[in-house]
Amino acid sequence: MSAAASFLLRGGRVIDPAHGTDEERDLLVLDGRIAPADTPVPAGTPVEEVGGLLVIPGLVDIHVHFREPGQTHKEDVASGTRAAAAGGFTRVVCMPNTSPPCDNAGTLRSILDAAERKGVVRVHTTGCLTRAMEGAELAPIGSLARAGAVAVTDDGLCVQNNGLMRQIATYARMFGLPVLDHCQDTSLTEGAVMHEGEWSLRLGLRGWPSAAEEIIVARNLLLAEHTGAHIHLQHLSSARSVDLLREARARGVPVTAEATPHHIALTDAALAGYDPSAKMNPPLAAEPHRRALVEGLRDGTISCLATDHAPHREYEKDVELDFAPFGIIGLETALPVALEVLHRQEGFSLPRVVDLLTRRPAELLGLPGGTLAPGAPADLAVVDPDRTWTVGPGELHSRSRNTPWLGKELRGRAVATAVGGRWVYREGRILADNAEG
Amino acid sequence: MSPSETAHSWQRRHLLGTEDLAPAEIHHILDTAASFKKTLDRTQKKLPSLRGKVVANLFLEPSTRTRIAFEVAANRLSADLLTLTGTSSSLEKGESLRDTACNIEALRADMIVLRHSAPGSPLYLSRIVDIPVINAGDGAHEHPTQALLDAFTLREHLGDLTGRKVAILGDILFSRVARSNIWALTKLGAKVTVVGPSTLVPSTCTALGAEVSHDLREGLADADAVMLLRIQHERQARTHFPSLGEYTQLFGLNAERSSWLKPGALILHPGPVNRGVEIDSELADSHPSVILEQVTNGIAVRMAVLYLCASAARLASNADLPA
Repeated sequence: MSAAASFLLRGGRVIDPAHGTDEERDLLVLDGRIAPADTPVPAGTPVEEVGGLLVIPGLVDIHVHFREPGQTHKEDVASGTRAAAAGGFTRVVCMPNTSPPCDNAGTLRSILDAAERKGVVRVHTTGCLTRAMEGAELAPIGSLARAGAVAVTDDGLCVQNNGLMRQIATYARMFGLPVLDHCQDTSLTEGAVMHEGEWSLRLGLRGWPSAAEEIIVARNLLLAEHTGAHIHLQHLSSARSVDLLREARARGVPVTAEATPHHIALTDAALAGYDPSAKMNPPLAAEPHRRALVEGLRDGTISCLATDHAPHREYEKDVELDFAPFGIIGLETALPVALEVLHRQEGFSLPRVVDLLTRRPAELLGLPGGTLAPGAPADLAVVDPDRTWTVGPGELHSRSRNTPWLGKELRGRAVATAVGGRWVYREGRILADNAEG
Repeated sequence: MSPSETAHSWQRRHLLGTEDLAPAEIHHILDTAASFKKTLDRTQKKLPSLRGKVVANLFLEPSTRTRIAFEVAANRLSADLLTLTGTSSSLEKGESLRDTACNIEALRADMIVLRHSAPGSPLYLSRIVDIPVINAGDGAHEHPTQALLDAFTLREHLGDLTGRKVAILGDILFSRVARSNIWALTKLGAKVTVVGPSTLVPSTCTALGAEVSHDLREGLADADAVMLLRIQHERQARTHFPSLGEYTQLFGLNAERSSWLKPGALILHPGPVNRGVEIDSELADSHPSVILEQVTNGIAVRMAVLYLCASAARLASNADLPA
């Protein structure tokens, strides 16, 4: 790694929600750290002119799939962290549904080692709830915690046995680890490929009722209340889930939730042409659900955005919709999509949108970062909120291209991304000199 | 009326469904089919329209009657046939639909008739290959030629379908025949009511333009025709209704219940018929039943569809259309 640098970002609009900052001012980075506002600029400090651009904390994504180990043809830590950097993200949290699953300390350490060697942004990882993600026996959550897991989850699969889920919550609480749950009652989703509603009926596709999520959400709220464990609901997709969560949070139940950019931007109408890049789990739902998610983000019921970046290669997705794998990539489109939907369409302030992508997710899992605090490592992104660009296949740094925005024009883009004061991304290019990447 | 007299000019290379057909297009197909139907009783049944052309029947889901009907239709038009059957799961057969389709095109087939378990697969295929794609049934989505032959049969008996009431009875949720018929018949002005158990007839069917009833008597009342769908208990995973016996008791059509229909109302069934389940055996063979007419009409309609789509793709010879 190159030495941490010093530089002055001059004339940008600095937004740091954790400190209530939203002003045009210079930002000095000294030896890789954010300098206090009144620090004199040492002679010879390189100056970056960022007038008209936003200077924000590096984005934080608590939900990515980097497919390492086991499915590195789709993505690996090298390509995944490069996609993150290109999207303005400086910190990500990997899901443990790798192959083999990350259900033991050895696998977890190997992922963190790979991140150390090949990654260009900061990588955390989670461990499984159950052995082999089979939903039957507790995974060694204590060992996973000691090895550095920041949370535990069987993301992609949902523990169906309520008794086991109760033990998981009780046990994980001992280590202060949040339990992240993918809420899906699988008895309601057998063979289902899209949200159940008018569109599924019209298209003849097997429908996935929103009750499949809501039932597990309700279960998790009750278990969080009974056990005192922090249960975090992943990628919420249903209006009723938001209602249930709002009520539980009002009573002080330790539950949180995330929403994805795609669930707040798109509806099940995106399946009209049987496009496999609109197939994900949970599925895109009807408009009232989309609206409820936006309102949940507005009133704080939903704490943050997370991408559920789920790479699959073209040839894997280029099949009949029924046979296509679930999931889309999201790291490189999250920021423009969030700006479009929340800021320009829904009137969220820019600091509020930045908050949902930085401080909130970091706080939720107790991660460092997500702020431009003086003295903190300079993890930051320089963003042009109005730059329009086309999501061409050559623009993406992920190894996969499975996004419904492929070929579409988006507005807003990270211009440059720095991790610890080191520029890792600038204007479409990865700058990190990490040899194995 | 011969096709040349039809005001509408046919432009489609693919027939993927009835949902996106305009009423004029449906009439165009039915008028063309009427011309072809006349040729079916000739001693020399072959027309030269598709001579030298190859029609690939790609049937990736078990089907006998639709496949045979397409074969007969293609034969009557003098096309050569390439029949490929198998399972549709790309995992099982180890080759993707894309690769299979490209191979068929490389074999110089001129059209593909596709039967597939996956909804939307004909649309997907039509984006891959340059040759016409005819949907012969895609999962629970569409079965346009079945709906067109049903409409043809109804029109032969009832004339203009405007204001006519058609009841579709049975498993609507999993039925491509129901969907294609709802769209085709409502475009022709008919009023469609879907009838059956609440687990198989979702209330959201109203969004497709149909009325919904879970009461057989109410659903059949004053109908000009009733269309029965095949009940497949194994397919409905035994969770949608308790038994064939209970289904028959509640929704099976028999002589007494057929009296709830308008006098002389037609009974249609896409086949194969489960005698004693969705329809009483004697009733299936009785006068108001047009089940075998549907089979014959299916040839004429499929000839029309093959001919029209081939014409739009400049494959068919124009000189030899029957008068």
